[in-house]
Amino acid sequence: MPSTRDIRRRIKSVKNTAQITKAMQLVAAAKMKKAQDQASNGRAYAEMMNKILVSLKSSAEEGIHPYFSEGKGDKTLVLVIATDKGLCGALNTNLLKKVVTAQLEGEVEFVTIGRKASQGLGRLRKTLIADFPIKDPAKFAETRTVGKFLQDKFLTGEYKKVLVAFNNFINTVTTIPSMEQILPVNPVTLGGKRNFDESSKDVNPVDVPDYTFEPNAATVFETVLPQYVNGTIYQMLLEARASEHSSRMVAMKNATDNAKQMLKDLSLEYNKLRQAAITNELLEITTAKMALE
Amino acid sequence: MPLKLEIVTPEARIFSDEVDTVVLPGFEGEMGVLPSHAPLVTTLQCGELRYTKAGKVTELAVGEGLVEVTGNTTRVLTDMAMHCDEIDEKSVEDALARAKQTLESLKQSDNHEEVAAAMAMIQRTTAQLQIKRKRRSV
Repeated sequence: MPSTRDIRRRIKSVKNTAQITKAMQLVAAAKMKKAQDQASNGRAYAEMMNKILVSLKSSAEEGIHPYFSEGKGDKTLVLVIATDKGLCGALNTNLLKKVVTAQLEGEVEFVTIGRKASQGLGRLRKTLIADFPIKDPAKFAETRTVGKFLQDKFLTGEYKKVLVAFNNFINTVTTIPSMEQILPVNPVTLGGKRNFDESSKDVNPVDVPDYTFEPNAATVFETVLPQYVNGTIYQMLLEARASEHSSRMVAMKNATDNAKQMLKDLSLEYNKLRQAAITNELLEITTAKMALE
Repeated sequence: MPLKLEIVTPEARIFSDEVDTVVLPGFEGEMGVLPSHAPLVTTLQCGELRYTKAGKVTELAVGEGLVEVTGNTTRVLTDMAMHCDEIDEKSVEDALARAKQTLESLKQSDNHEEVAAAMAMIQRTTAQLQIKRKRRSV
């Protein structure tokens, strides 16, 4: 049986914890708002890029650009976008589980964004070839280096394809760990509905006008495809960041609620003990008095 | 008939409205777009983009990107688009000086990527400065 002092001490520490989690919840909520806005702003670019590429694709011949066909090698490169900090629920665990259980043929190598990804994959003894620290909020210029790295790797021909694993943001309480192929640029997924982009519609090839390319289709693809890849990676990063802050807020809200419940239970126990002690004391006094008479 | 102009960067939708004409830096030099232009796709160079709406000309500094013209819509996808008022001359000048310095120090080495990055930075900042200065001299 704990003494009243022990309980008092516990109440104090739980109270402190609740205060911290409450503060973290508020911070995460503010960041979440920003990250969500940023993600929805970025969707316009991704969607438009997608639309233009679909219309380009149908008016260009096959084999026009190396990004349209699989690499010769049999390795797979996976970019994992996780968080830098913990305390965001099962976000990173779920993502890593998704990555590990994915059925990938051949050798798999990893590139990571976020400390939790490199730590987690390191623990699982996976081959890490690069890690990019990216600040929060993310700037487009920073993802350009990541995009460049992945594209260079792909162009060496060692890799069959490049995938990206990230937490897809659906709404504040739902995030889905997903894996998407980014290279080769897939003519099937291209123009299909990307699931991080609810507003995009399938583009009907009949609506696509007969474009003039200036100076020619090959040059246009040469400039556009790298931008498309960078843009897509950036968008995925934004979705991942939005997921991170949302799930951190939810996790911290749960922690605060739990701490409050615990405080309630502890105070009840404390008061019971206190009353018991008083009753005991009274009993002792009365018996002592009766013994004296 | 009005022409719909949309300017989008990965970070935000900068502009979306109906305008009368657009002049933009295309692959082969400056290109004017009027309503009912033939469908065209070209790459966008660093430089200045002007659009006229109700006789009023507005200028933006744009980075590299892509232009798609379909009939009455012009879509500009770029990695940078800034209004004249958003440009802070001092900081842009600093960035330009920094980029030039980097380029200078990289001259001997054969690190093509960093040279290209520095060059792109110079192009972007020069475009911004040009617009800012032009506006002031008017």
